[in-house]
Amino acid sequence: MAENTLRPMSAVAPSVAEPLVLRARAPWLVALTWLAPIAVIASQAYFIAASAPDRDMGHLQKIMYVHVPAAWNAFLAFFWVLIQSVRYLWKRDERADLLAAAGAEVGAVLTGLTLVLGSIWGRPTWGVWWTWDARLTSTAVLFLVYVGYLALRGLTDDPERRARWSAAVGILGALNVPIVYMSVKWWRTLHQMQSAPSTLDPTYTWGLRANAIAFLLVLIVFIAYRYRGLLAESVLERQLDEAALSRRVRT
Amino acid sequence: MAAGEILAIIGHNGSGKSTLLRVAATAVRPTRGSGTVFGADLVKDPQAVRSMLALLSTEPGVYGDLTALENLRFAARMLGVPTDHAPLQRALDRVGLGREGYERARNMSSGMQRRLSIARLLLREPRVLLMDEPYNSLDPDGARLVNELIRETKDRGGSVLLVAHDLSRGEGLPDRVVEMQDGLLAEPTAGPDADSVIVRDVIPLDQPKAHGLRLERGGLR
Amino acid sequence: MTAPVTLSASLQADWGRVLAVAWKDLTAERRTKSNFNAVVAMAGMILLFFGFALGPDAEGLRNAAAGVLWLTILFSGVLAFNRSYQLELEAGALEQLLLYPGERWAIYLGKLLANIAFVFLVEVITLPLTAVLYHVAFPERWLSVLGVLVLGTTGFVALGTLYSAMASRSRSREVLLPLLLFPMLVPVLIAASGATASLLGGDVMGDSRAWIRLLAAFDAIFIVAATWAFQFVIEG
Repeated sequence: MAENTLRPMSAVAPSVAEPLVLRARAPWLVALTWLAPIAVIASQAYFIAASAPDRDMGHLQKIMYVHVPAAWNAFLAFFWVLIQSVRYLWKRDERADLLAAAGAEVGAVLTGLTLVLGSIWGRPTWGVWWTWDARLTSTAVLFLVYVGYLALRGLTDDPERRARWSAAVGILGALNVPIVYMSVKWWRTLHQMQSAPSTLDPTYTWGLRANAIAFLLVLIVFIAYRYRGLLAESVLERQLDEAALSRRVRT
Repeated sequence: MAAGEILAIIGHNGSGKSTLLRVAATAVRPTRGSGTVFGADLVKDPQAVRSMLALLSTEPGVYGDLTALENLRFAARMLGVPTDHAPLQRALDRVGLGREGYERARNMSSGMQRRLSIARLLLREPRVLLMDEPYNSLDPDGARLVNELIRETKDRGGSVLLVAHDLSRGEGLPDRVVEMQDGLLAEPTAGPDADSVIVRDVIPLDQPKAHGLRLERGGLR
Repeated sequence: MTAPVTLSASLQADWGRVLAVAWKDLTAERRTKSNFNAVVAMAGMILLFFGFALGPDAEGLRNAAAGVLWLTILFSGVLAFNRSYQLELEAGALEQLLLYPGERWAIYLGKLLANIAFVFLVEVITLPLTAVLYHVAFPERWLSVLGVLVLGTTGFVALGTLYSAMASRSRSREVLLPLLLFPMLVPVLIAASGATASLLGGDVMGDSRAWIRLLAAFDAIFIVAATWAFQFVIEG
């Protein structure tokens, strides 16, 4: 073919609102990276040491200081996935999709942690590794929803399709969470199973809240770093595409 | 492209011309760039664009278990055009499938299936006709049919965009021929005055194998 | 450009498309029948397997019947959904389907109707088979049982039709569909088998009413959600 009279790529007006850019860590993230682990260690140490052993459970009850905050944050992470999924479908901003993915990964880990700890707590308490307790069972279902979400992402290569599809799955999954919880709860009561008494000493409440906040900080930090990782991958692919293109323009 | 123009884009396999066609057909969302068809934006208002165009694809796009007539009836119902037997039969007659109406699409040869998809095009009169390798798997009669279709669209004031790697059967119809190579058009496209299809630097990207990377997406990324 | 159409006229046109898609799917299915036969055979097989696993004691089987019925419906039904999209993928029909004018939800609802009809026909055979194999007496409130069947099936198929739009075009589609779909169906399984068990046992406690309400709410929520989400999922 004769000489090339094409305009270079830079002359194309991008339809993406802003280019994806990987910046240096923002100050708040640097601060949190230090603060979060300190907060966790501090609140765990303080409340484990300071709170009295439960009258029935003894020191075992203190596993709640990890189990409950993990559970709360796992559900919070799913809520985050919901928001980012909605944002993606609305604005088609790739960053929302990456934020959702980061949230799902961290959420999945937290959910798994919740289940394992619940099981560990349950063994000495009820004598079994698992009871079909409403909250624990709903958490198990949530875990599977996360796994499905991540599997879908793993099996879909095209980034735009992956973003759209996971957004749909994330939103519907989030819608289902309260419904699943309700159905499992009714199912338990109808079968007249005794709800395992989770009587927590009121002094534990402050400990739970403090630890929950500490875990929230950890959640934020993990999501932020995971997001940055995903963003870096995406920016890299884009740069490779452009490099391939400009090479072709020159030849 | 101007209204009433026949534009042919030629190029080797993998040059990206099919993808370009698909962007124009709103079947694929462009990663960057924009386009309009008779004033309707491809990305913002795809529904409006769709109502104006018809696509003849490389794949026949028929339902194997349905008969030829049933395939057309389905298309007619989806398009909102009359579903009576007569116009459907006329379309079949026109493409030389007049006696195959009750034959299942699965039992037809690929050439016949192609003709069936051409028959589908005849159900209405689109303003923009998009054709992907229209002469493939068609005998000389079929090629003649395609050219008739192109002529008729132009005479109506419609535009035709066809991509092919070989225009030998085109009977010299296209008003303009542009070559595409490795995802880039060899000539600049029409300026902002053209009132039909305006395609601005839509540049498909395919896998850069040179990087040894697993970039498995093709098309506009 | 065409003249602007009134809202009701375009809605009517879209409903026409819903019916067209449903008719097309059902006709294609009717022609081959091989898929239907295979799914029914699977359902029978699953019923037998559960029987083998649970043991031949009549009392035990009777108690398990409602649960087994619904598990059978879910496990065999899930095999049917991907087929609905395979039709479209075979000869590139999906591309043309997406180029027709009209709303995307019309395609979804059309496929939904066709899939509901398909699964319901499978159930028509599965239900009496379960009754026979699991020693279930004919329930007094058989109409309510049918109602539960309809409600449960609707929720199941609503989500199945949406998720298979994605799974059928993915790798590992045989495992991806159940993996995505089943966690979403937990309320359906619990409520439908709970209501069915209750009704088969005479519904002494009146439990079935609560379950039926839950099913109805689930169906309403997810038919709307799936119809909305479909447009994002069906595009190339």
